[in-house]
Amino acid sequence: MVQAARSGSIETVTIALIGNPNTGKSTLFSALCGVHQQTGNYPGVTVERKTGDFHFGSGSIELIDLPGTYSLAPRSPDEMITVDVLLGRQAGTEPPQAVLCIVDASNLERNLYLVSQVLELGLPTVIALNMIDVAAARGITIDAEELSRRLRLPVVPIQANRKRGLDDLKAALTQRSVGPVEHSVPVFPAAFNQAVTELASRCEAIQGREPPRFLVQRLLLDTTGYLSESGIPGVNGTLANDVQQARERLAAAGCAVPGVEAITRYNWVGEILKGVVSRANQSRVTASDRIDRLLTHRLYGTAFFILTMALMFQLVYLIAEPANGLLDAAKGWLAAGVGGMLDEGPLRSLLVTGVIEGVGSVIVFLPQIFVLFFCIAVLEDCGYMARAAYLMDRLMFRIGLNGKSFIPLLSSFACAIPGIMATRVIENRRDRLVTMLVAPLMSCSARMPIYSLLIATFIPERVWLRVFGLRGLVWFGAYAVGSCAAIAVAMLLKRTILRGDTPPFVMELPSYKFPEWRVVLLRMGQRGWEFVRRAGTLILAVSVLVWAAAYFPHRDSDIPETWRMRRDQIQSTLADASGRSQADLAALSEELTVLDRQIQGEYLRRSWLGTAGRGLEPLVKPLGWDWRIGCAVVASFPAREVVVATLGVIYNLGSETSDEDEQLHAALRNATWEGSQTPVFGIPVALSLIVFFALCAQCGSTLVVMRRETNSWRWPVFTFTYMTALAYVGALLSYQIATWCGW
Amino acid sequence: MNAGEMSVGDQASVVRVTGDDAISCRLMEMGIVPATELELIGVAPWGDPLEFAVRGYRLSLRRAEAARIEIVAK
Repeated sequence: MVQAARSGSIETVTIALIGNPNTGKSTLFSALCGVHQQTGNYPGVTVERKTGDFHFGSGSIELIDLPGTYSLAPRSPDEMITVDVLLGRQAGTEPPQAVLCIVDASNLERNLYLVSQVLELGLPTVIALNMIDVAAARGITIDAEELSRRLRLPVVPIQANRKRGLDDLKAALTQRSVGPVEHSVPVFPAAFNQAVTELASRCEAIQGREPPRFLVQRLLLDTTGYLSESGIPGVNGTLANDVQQARERLAAAGCAVPGVEAITRYNWVGEILKGVVSRANQSRVTASDRIDRLLTHRLYGTAFFILTMALMFQLVYLIAEPANGLLDAAKGWLAAGVGGMLDEGPLRSLLVTGVIEGVGSVIVFLPQIFVLFFCIAVLEDCGYMARAAYLMDRLMFRIGLNGKSFIPLLSSFACAIPGIMATRVIENRRDRLVTMLVAPLMSCSARMPIYSLLIATFIPERVWLRVFGLRGLVWFGAYAVGSCAAIAVAMLLKRTILRGDTPPFVMELPSYKFPEWRVVLLRMGQRGWEFVRRAGTLILAVSVLVWAAAYFPHRDSDIPETWRMRRDQIQSTLADASGRSQADLAALSEELTVLDRQIQGEYLRRSWLGTAGRGLEPLVKPLGWDWRIGCAVVASFPAREVVVATLGVIYNLGSETSDEDEQLHAALRNATWEGSQTPVFGIPVALSLIVFFALCAQCGSTLVVMRRETNSWRWPVFTFTYMTALAYVGALLSYQIATWCGW
Repeated sequence: MNAGEMSVGDQASVVRVTGDDAISCRLMEMGIVPATELELIGVAPWGDPLEFAVRGYRLSLRRAEAARIEIVAK
């Protein structure tokens, strides 16, 4: 049947789904469309575009999920997109033939404000009256039939989370998308209507055609200037003057803009709902309020918040670690398998070191990304996220941001990628940008291996008062450097290039409810796979490039003749082991291993990366680094977690190095500047490296995700530049100060 | 009097919302228009923001934003 429907004989109807935030819109969308969903971005903006489809009877419906909004007054790109889609002005999106408006039955008054605006668009509209169970539990009864009669459109009671009423809704949608429209709409004062008509004819005179009446009305009402700035066709100096004069006349007539809109609409809502909604006479304090008194309490609320956040990150580490181990093992197994099948040469090296290791280094982050997204989705869905923002607002306000920036920044301690993706909850564009730009400064888990290696190798353990150790202090310092830099940069950005008023904190605190597992899992899965798909392709490309730089030119003539001869000699002896003692053979294979590492190190030294590293030495010498560290740092720009492995290769160890490896500790301690006996490493170098890694943007995936979220390379390039500069200066200062102190 | 000066448990009726920028527009869209009833039901740990009950739902505002709402106490 589905085949028949797709064969083209049946018409597809496009319907836009719109509703306030926290009305169960996502639940309804996934209940209707199941897994038939596509996500992407609208061209040129950071607004997520989500569509899905379903079949009902003989019809096929494409559903466009619009961003949750309280009003159709466009004051942000999100709202502008919503209006453009509804008016059929959005390029690449089919103009909707009908609108499905979801409303929260327990909060009808405010929800009908948006409905009143939607109805003025003149599209066939169906209302899904969701959460009737929540309303009933609060003693609210709604006469849906009477509401439907008064609004002159279908009102279908549903429970999206239990999938109740969906067939009725689908039936109403299929019938509704044909037939005439005669909804009830709010009646504005005559003076206002007249002003809109006059403006519309002015527009027509200027443009040659009449713009949608809805936009003209918005132009008159929009005192914030967003509409005239974002370019409604035909808005120019003359019209701005007309708008101003019309507003003055309206103020004189007693219906001043913008107040007249809210007053007229809420009056209309009051009329519509009179006698339709009845409340049992019961206490105004709901169960959700009682939970709220505890969870936003000065003491218990704060304690609960800290506990929740701590638990969330514990969970991320707890689940992510064994999963990472498993993936790491799988990666190693795959590398060994592929390596075993191919002869030594560029192809094997490319597949094993470039592709498997490179892409693998991204995939190992998947478990923690999924776990974190899961936690965030649960907190969002049960209503606690809004409380977290409420609790943290005062703190974030000091920095010039608002409470909603807190969770993305906190998430970035695990990984900046989910953190950056979590900034989607911030409506204000500037704040969202600032949060994104500083998120990579939070010390993510990929920085842990290098911190751990350097601290264990170079920082002596001293303990004061039994609890406070020097090593712990340096760990804490590494995290503090990043966080303090993030605060400073955020404050600086808010005062310079992203200057703007401290954003308002007008936020609904939705009622608490049990999370909807289907929605939670779906949201987690979608965000997670998006990361794999987009970041994965770039990481593959970069990994191959770094591999090539570290591998080529790979000339045998660069390796001393004596080394190669000795290696061949040992290999042939080992191949024909007759007449040799066991101990002899063991010593020989040990020698071979060391020799192989030396040869590998020499190839690297002569590779393009090695040449670049040596060329960079003057630049990194003030930081206390030799060319080998410079090399390792340069190679770790696509993904900082590779630095430990690269250091291992460079200091002539095998490439399978982990930071637990005692050999690497020893190799680093014993490393000397080339051609001298002066050790390379010491506390100052260790500190300068730690500070560098704390502040530097060495993560290709983060930059790619930032590019995707901002739809421009400008911001990732900016972030990369400022963080690299910051890291260099920070490392320089730490090295020079530590040296001067004589550590 | 304005809504930023209410104490927890106070009930009031809105007289008007001052200003015509995005914040004031948003406040009105959220249902704060003349004669709407407001109740302050909570304050965040550091004294800001505030939690109001309005039209049967819960709305959080900073004191600075609440100060745009002129009220008469009930």
